[in-house]
Amino acid sequence: MVVENKLETGREVPAVPTSARALTVVPLKYPGRWVLAIVILVLLALLVRAFVVADIDYSAVVEYLTVPGILEGVRNTLLLLLLSMALGLVLGVLTAVMRQSPNPVLRWVGGGYVWLFRGTPLLVQLLIWFNLAIIFNTFTIPGLVSMPMNALMTPFVAALLGLGINEGAYISEIVRGGILSVDHGQREAASAIGMPRAKIMRRIVLPQAMRVIIPPLGNEFIACLKFTSLAYTISFSELLHSANKIYTANFKVIELLFTVTIWYLALTTVFSVLQQMLEDRLGRSAPGSRPSFARRLRKNLALRRTA
Amino acid sequence: MSKQLIVHAEQVTKSFGDLEILKGIDLQVFRGEVLCIIGPSGSGKSTFLRCINHLEKIDGGRLSVNGSLVGYRQNGDRLYELKDKDVCRERANIGMVFQHFNLFGHKTALENVIEGPVQVKGISKKKATEQGMALLERVGLGSRAHAYPYAMSGGQQQRVAIARALAMEPQLMLFDEPTSSLDPELVGEVLDVMKDLASSGMTMVVVTHEMGFAREVADGIVFIDNGCVVERGQPHDVLGNPQEERTRAFLSAVL
Repeated sequence: MVVENKLETGREVPAVPTSARALTVVPLKYPGRWVLAIVILVLLALLVRAFVVADIDYSAVVEYLTVPGILEGVRNTLLLLLLSMALGLVLGVLTAVMRQSPNPVLRWVGGGYVWLFRGTPLLVQLLIWFNLAIIFNTFTIPGLVSMPMNALMTPFVAALLGLGINEGAYISEIVRGGILSVDHGQREAASAIGMPRAKIMRRIVLPQAMRVIIPPLGNEFIACLKFTSLAYTISFSELLHSANKIYTANFKVIELLFTVTIWYLALTTVFSVLQQMLEDRLGRSAPGSRPSFARRLRKNLALRRTA
Repeated sequence: MSKQLIVHAEQVTKSFGDLEILKGIDLQVFRGEVLCIIGPSGSGKSTFLRCINHLEKIDGGRLSVNGSLVGYRQNGDRLYELKDKDVCRERANIGMVFQHFNLFGHKTALENVIEGPVQVKGISKKKATEQGMALLERVGLGSRAHAYPYAMSGGQQQRVAIARALAMEPQLMLFDEPTSSLDPELVGEVLDVMKDLASSGMTMVVVTHEMGFAREVADGIVFIDNGCVVERGQPHDVLGNPQEERTRAFLSAVL
């Protein structure tokens, strides 16, 4: 029997009969990928070389990582970060709930707060807080306290208020989005078993909103860590300000800025890992939840992989 | 012994904006009775059910459950709205099962069931867990106690939702189209639980499209159309020999 060996494309099937099993598939080569990869690696190497041969005292970069002045700055940066995020969280949740209120005045005040503090630069806000003493020389709550504004509005307090209140405006929007993402039926079901409104918010709505809130909140936390460096301008001795104090004395400007960079990177990395662990924990009640970050880390670090 | 009146609706009206949904509903449900409400979509039957436990506020008329006005206090010829706290106390005695289950997504089956007893009634967690497990066994889900809602089928979720409502030891159970969002093969398991509940003497008001269930289990059937009670009677009368033209038209469309 004669077999027509011509395919429709015109390519001929070899006349030599081979067993189909003996055929091997030859993958297509991508030489372009190799070329591109080599070009990029060369450029990177040149960049690294430029910094290596440059006039930078790298031993100083490492050395300054742990000097008391810098550690003090790290401590102050973390303190400012944690306290202003705490303040921001309280304000954010409060305004988010206010903006859902049946009371129009509460809704309006909540909306106005977000509008004002999201609509102006953080640096300007920090400077205003710091210079508040120019217009109000004394801080007074009738019958309770009365003190000179200068004594109250220290660089730390000004930085805390500036950062915290600004964060609150952003967090408010994040929390509001989270609350809106929870199906209305959840609230009805909770009402139907006789739960009061405040408890429904606390036990049913907010925990479920958390899954939506945590990822952007983590970003906000990391952004806030970097924004603490703005407090440098009102001479709060956070990390950047501490470095500045040292390099204005010894002129190792780039070295100290590198030291600071390493610290910021280390801190943001640690917080990213913590965020991941928190997300895993909150993801338990969702489909496609995976083992915890710690468990995956242990598994991947183990010498022999186990199932 | 006279029968105890559990749900008593008198001339209940309700509007959403300009749209009048309920145009004066009169209805009575006695202890131990199973009442099925049927009717075309948009007829107001679900809205009426939601008025019974004050998920919707009524605009006029009077609605009482077990002798107390739901969400209101009457003084002379005025009804005063009650505070959230007081409404909650009344709602706790009325169980409700929703079309879309509405299980708390961040809680396991058991946690869903004990949430009300622990948080609303203040029962100890240990005691609530024992009762909760018993309820889950009763709806055939003892083995799924620690599963999250996403990992359960619609039928299982709805049975957990029934257990959650029962955990509050309600005097009345409301069902809002409990099988309408289930796959056909899962409808039976939910109806079985409801039949079991009916035979245990629970007072139930069921908005449903399951005419077979209504025929078999209901003590009475109400046909609601366009915000009014059109016909009420024994299941075999309403379903088998409807008196009203609108009832006949509806039944011939669905049966």
